[in-house]
Amino acid sequence: MSEIIVNAVSKTWGGVGGVDRISFKADAGTLLVLLGPSGCGKSTTLRLIAGLEEVDSGTITIGGRDVTHLSPAERKISMVFQSYALFPHLNVAENIIFGLRVRGVGRAERDQRLKKVADIVGLSHLLERKPSQLSGGQRQRVALGRAIIAEAPVCLMDEPLSNLDAKLRHEMRTEIRGLQQRLGMTMVYVTHDQTEAMTMADRVILMRDGHIEQNGAPHELYNEPASDFTARFIGTPPMNIISWEDGAVLGVRPEHVSLVENDGVPATVKAVEYLGADSIILCDVKGETVSVRQTGYCALPAGAQVALGWQNRHIHLFDRDSGKRRAGSTLPR
Amino acid sequence: MVSAVMSAAEPRAVRRNAWLTNVNAWLLLLPAIVLLATFTHYPILATLYHSFFSLSRGGASEFVGLENYTYMLEDDVFRQVLRNNIVFAIATVPTSIALALLMAVWVDKKMTGRSFLRLAFFTPTVLPMIAVANIWLFFYTPDYGLLDQFLKGLGFSGHNWLGDPSTVMSCLAVMVVWKEAGFFMIFYLAALQTIPPELKEAAAVEGASRWYFFRRVTLPLLMPTTLFISINALINSFKLVDQLVIMTKGGPNNASSLLLYYIYEVAFTFQDTAFAATLTVTLIAILAAVALTKFVYLDRRIHYQ
Repeated sequence: MSEIIVNAVSKTWGGVGGVDRISFKADAGTLLVLLGPSGCGKSTTLRLIAGLEEVDSGTITIGGRDVTHLSPAERKISMVFQSYALFPHLNVAENIIFGLRVRGVGRAERDQRLKKVADIVGLSHLLERKPSQLSGGQRQRVALGRAIIAEAPVCLMDEPLSNLDAKLRHEMRTEIRGLQQRLGMTMVYVTHDQTEAMTMADRVILMRDGHIEQNGAPHELYNEPASDFTARFIGTPPMNIISWEDGAVLGVRPEHVSLVENDGVPATVKAVEYLGADSIILCDVKGETVSVRQTGYCALPAGAQVALGWQNRHIHLFDRDSGKRRAGSTLPR
Repeated sequence: MVSAVMSAAEPRAVRRNAWLTNVNAWLLLLPAIVLLATFTHYPILATLYHSFFSLSRGGASEFVGLENYTYMLEDDVFRQVLRNNIVFAIATVPTSIALALLMAVWVDKKMTGRSFLRLAFFTPTVLPMIAVANIWLFFYTPDYGLLDQFLKGLGFSGHNWLGDPSTVMSCLAVMVVWKEAGFFMIFYLAALQTIPPELKEAAAVEGASRWYFFRRVTLPLLMPTTLFISINALINSFKLVDQLVIMTKGGPNNASSLLLYYIYEVAFTFQDTAFAATLTVTLIAILAAVALTKFVYLDRRIHYQ
C-alpha cells in the first residue's frame, strides 16, 4: 500500500530554516496532520514529500518505492495548494482535467472522470466558469477536484482552508475528511490550526523549529503532552502552566480547574469570557494567569477573590529548563 | 412634521449637490480638455478640413472635394511608401515581439549575471533613435563598416547595404528590432513576474513539461501583454521614422521611405500642405483602425486577470 516513510530528512537554506533530521511514517489510508506555528518547517516537510524541494540528506519512500530523487510527477501524488493555484485562464472543467490532458488521457475517459469528480465536489453546474467568477469555497472545491481526479494514492494539502471564513472552513473540514476516508487516500495535511488538526487527523505531528515536538493521535497530544510546548499549543484556551517547586512547572487544563470553597490556591478574577455553553474565568495567581472553564454563565466581577482547586490525576509536570514531561505526574505534596 | 419639512427641502438640496459635483468634475477635467483640444483634436479636424481644399499658393484655396484623395490613390510614390510601411510592419512587429518574449523568459530565470543581462537587453531602448541610426550607419557603411569588415574576414566582397533597394529595408528592419525588442522585454518581464510560482508547481505535480506549461499556461496568461505590445509595435512602425532622416532619406529611389517620412517630405520639402493633409488623414485613419480593432474585437477574446 501507499504509506509514506520519511527517514532522517534534513533541508536548510544556508543554515537558515528548514527541517533537521526528521523521521515519521504516515500509514496507508490515514490522514496525517503536520501542525505547528509558522516557520516550524511543516510546509517544507510537505514540499519535500511532494518533490518540490530537494532533500539535503535522508530518504523518502512512498508505497515502498524510494522517491527521494524523483520529480513530483514521478511520485504519483496529488497536491492542493494554499492559494489553490488554479489556472486563471482555464474554466473549472479544464482546470480539473489539466493533469489528464498532460498525460494524454483520451477524451471519453476524461469526460467520464470529470463528471464523476464534479459530482463528488459539487461543481457540476459551474464547469464553464472561470476561477475569477467563483467564491473562495468553490475555488477550494476546484482545487480538490483537480487533486482527486488524478486518483493518486497520496494527496498532500498545504493549509487548504486558511483562506476561507470560519463557517466554510468547518464545512470543508468535514468534507475533506469524508473524501479522504471514502477514497482511501493517504493524506498529509499541513495546518497551523490546532482545531483542524484535532478534528481531522488520525495522527498529528506537532513541529517546532524544524524538528518534531510530538507525534501521536489527537487524544494523546491532548491528554499526554510530551512537553509544555505541546501543552500550550493544543487546546483552546491552552493548558495553564504555572511555576511549581523543584525546577518544574505544573500544567492543568482549564476544564480541570474549579472554584472551591476552601483549601484552594488563592486567586483574583481578572476577567470573564462568556462563550455561551461555558465561561472562561481568567484568574491571576501570583502574577501568572490561570484560566478556568465553567459551564454556563459566570457572574463573578473582576477583582473578586476566589480559591482554585484541581485533582492530582489531572496535572502534568514538565521540566522547567527542557520543557520535557516528567515521568509519574503525581504531585509531591 | 419634521420629516415633512425634510422631504420638501430634500429634492432641491440633492439637485444642488449633484450640480456642484458636475461643476467640480468639469473644472478638474478642464486643463486636460484645453490641452487636448488645442493640440490634438483641433489639428486633426483642421487637417481633415484642409484635405478637401486645393493648395493656396498666394491665391484663395478652393473646395475640391475628394480630388486630393483620388490623386493620392494614383500617386505611385504613395503606393510604394504604403507598401514599404506594410512590409516594414510585418517584418518588425512579430520579430521584435518574439525576441522580446525570448529575452524575457531567459532573464526571468534565477541565474548569476541576470541584472547585467537585463540591463544589456534594455540599453538600446534608452538610446535616442538618432544615436542608434548613427551607430548602425557605421555598421552598414560599405567596405569599412563593421558588417563588411566582418564579411570580408570570411571572404565575401563589400556591399552597399543601404544603397541597394533590395537590402535597405531588411537593414532598417533589423536595426528597429534591435532597438525595440528590449523595451518590449520589460513588459513581458513584468507580466511573467505576476504569474504565481505555485502555478508552475501545480503543473509540475501533474507532470507537465516546461514546454507544455509555457504553451498552455504562460503564453495565454501573457496574451494581454502581447496584445498591448503588438499594438504599440504596429503604431511605432508607422510613427518611427527618425532613422530615415539620418540613414537613407527614404532612398534609394523611395525604396526605404515610409508613410510618415513621405508626409514630412511633401509638407516641408515640396511645401504641398494640402496633399500632406490628405496623407496625414490617411495615416490617422490607419492608426485609428488599429486602435479600434484592439478595443472592439481583440479585448473580448483575451483573458485579463
